[in-house]
Amino acid sequence: MLRFLIEKEFKQLIRNPALMRMALIQPMLVMLIMPLVANFDVKDMKLALVDSDRSPYSTRLGNKVTASGYFALTQVASSYRIALEDLEADRADVILEIPPNFERDLVREGDGDALIAVNAVNGARGGLGSAYLAGIIGDFARELRAERPTAANQSGASRFEIVPRYRYNPHLDYRIFMVPALMAMVITMICGFLPALNIVGEKERGTIEQLNVTPVSRAAFIVAKLIPHWAIGYFALTAAFAIAWLAYGLTPVGGYLTLYVITGVYIIAVSGMGLLISNFASSFQQAMFIMFFVLITMIFMSGMYTPVASMPDWAQKLSDVFPLKYFILALRAVYLKGSSLRELSSVIFALLIFGAGANALAVLTYRKQS
Amino acid sequence: MRPFFALVVKEFRHILRDPITLAILFGLPILQLFLFGFAITTEVRNTRFAAYAPMPDDTTTAIVERLAANEYFIFDKMLTSPQQVEEAFQRGEIGLAVVFSENFQKNVRSGASAQVQLVTDGTDPNTAKALGTYASSVLLAYQESLNAGATSPLSIDVQMKLLYNPSLKGAYQFVPGVMGMVLLLICTMMTSITIAREKENGTMEVLLVSPVHPLQIILAKTTPYFVISTLDLGVILLISVYILGVPIVGSLGLLVGLALLYIFLSLALGILISTVSDSQAAALLISGMAMTFPVILLSGMLFPRENAPYPLQLIGYIVPATWFIPAMRDVMIRGLGFAAIRSQLGVLVGMTLLFLFVALKRQKVRLE
Repeated sequence: MLRFLIEKEFKQLIRNPALMRMALIQPMLVMLIMPLVANFDVKDMKLALVDSDRSPYSTRLGNKVTASGYFALTQVASSYRIALEDLEADRADVILEIPPNFERDLVREGDGDALIAVNAVNGARGGLGSAYLAGIIGDFARELRAERPTAANQSGASRFEIVPRYRYNPHLDYRIFMVPALMAMVITMICGFLPALNIVGEKERGTIEQLNVTPVSRAAFIVAKLIPHWAIGYFALTAAFAIAWLAYGLTPVGGYLTLYVITGVYIIAVSGMGLLISNFASSFQQAMFIMFFVLITMIFMSGMYTPVASMPDWAQKLSDVFPLKYFILALRAVYLKGSSLRELSSVIFALLIFGAGANALAVLTYRKQS
Repeated sequence: MRPFFALVVKEFRHILRDPITLAILFGLPILQLFLFGFAITTEVRNTRFAAYAPMPDDTTTAIVERLAANEYFIFDKMLTSPQQVEEAFQRGEIGLAVVFSENFQKNVRSGASAQVQLVTDGTDPNTAKALGTYASSVLLAYQESLNAGATSPLSIDVQMKLLYNPSLKGAYQFVPGVMGMVLLLICTMMTSITIAREKENGTMEVLLVSPVHPLQIILAKTTPYFVISTLDLGVILLISVYILGVPIVGSLGLLVGLALLYIFLSLALGILISTVSDSQAAALLISGMAMTFPVILLSGMLFPRENAPYPLQLIGYIVPATWFIPAMRDVMIRGLGFAAIRSQLGVLVGMTLLFLFVALKRQKVRLE
């Protein structure tokens, strides 16, 4: 009997071209457009330079800052006040003011001043940009020190070299960070939300009543609903792998098999969650609203865009109940770090527990009578 | 005017009797503010780090202690082999590894080449970059202290001004964004759905044959959402100021005026959508899918607009939130006046007039 039910579901899915389009085109769009846009990268900081000293040193400092490739010199202002106007009009993001007598103070007293003012409305951008600019100025001071033939330099001052190394993503490409997370989102939509909408659709059309009076068991009904979506999910996942490879040159260090296995575990968890939603929503619109809520919360709580580790402790604890968090973590680990199933065993365990819990709840709350 | 008020009361009852819709109307802004205010932060803190020194000595210990004392870093453990560094990253236990070169202290003192590698997990580029920058500054300060008195006293004191948001809170950036999204979404989605629902249920015909002017029907449909959006605006501002601690720096009058204009624009857009959609599903699809994603992705609500490829930036210009959100940031966070947001206001007014004009043009008195 299960075989016929599954056949029915497959036919219904395939005969609904709008749905099929949504199921297949949406992942492509997500994978192709989102990485281009969804990007917290801090780049192209616009710099307004106020050089009131106009000395060789201040010119060198200005050149050093612009040569860093991090700042684009867009405004050269004659005073801090004018530069501030540029910043207010968004012609500049950061102001570097070199005061008069900068060089004289450095040469005579060995102590110069500089002022950085940054538009910090976007805290991450402002913080990182100003820290970077301060770093360049620090470098410049060291450069000047090294040039001066002092006793200390000749005897060799204590110094060591500091080398930053970015493991797994040496060029710090933000897209590499986003692509595995987007795969997780695609799977969530296809295997979690689509079957839920499908069941609610049967409720709204009243056809679920017909199924309820048949001897079909609750389990058979649900399994028959889920299997076609799982098939589509795996298909979309494979397509997403292909896009990741063709468009972003990204292949998993940890191998495709690992990814397929973890996805299998996640699919069970997330479809249980979808079923739970479908039990509580009586109309299409209600289901959409609930999902909208769940999706927004889940996406932002699961570290898709921002690191979970930066959240306050209560939010970190809360994020533990979202399966998407574990899945994104696992996908990134396999794709970028090449983690194996054994290394991810705790993540898989968490997903299994979530899957068992959500599905048990879904079966318990499913009622044949309304 | 009596029938008009009767219709407004009817609409209010519809809304109040649907708990899920009510939950969306007031729950969505609150949920988003809390998410963005507390959970969404790119700020780096409490990062666990490990250190590996092939030959541990006083200097390597001092450097590790320096880092451990910093508010950003928590010391995890000393590792005993390079393989352990890799393993710690694989298991996601640490965000930073400090790897010293051999004979570190001896080389540092003799001026021979000594190296500290700051290895970060580049999986998350922003965090990696920030961690690298913070850790280097700690190490540089240490290096400076080693040489205090020994080298020529030459330093540049950098004075840092973090304008508008001195504590670098994420909420400063997100509150205007949440406003731009929530107000637009509530007004367009809800108005277009209620009108579509009347069409779907066939009750629109009943309303149209009543003595109420069709324009009044539309106005009665939108009035409750205007009221609710204004309440939402109040809720958002109260939560921002009293719970998230985001101040209103600029003029409250200008802020409210800007927000009301935006609400009005969104209602006009909602009516426009309802004229092209006959079913709730279609209305939801247009206002939900076609509106939400561009607002989240292209308006600069979350992601800096300049990071998007140029064609997508251009598409972003037709999203009203693209104009509203920066204007709101200018007024609310930066405290700028009318002059600063003139152009955005102009575009928003123009869009409103356009939407209203097209919506009224397309409004049909008879249903087929």
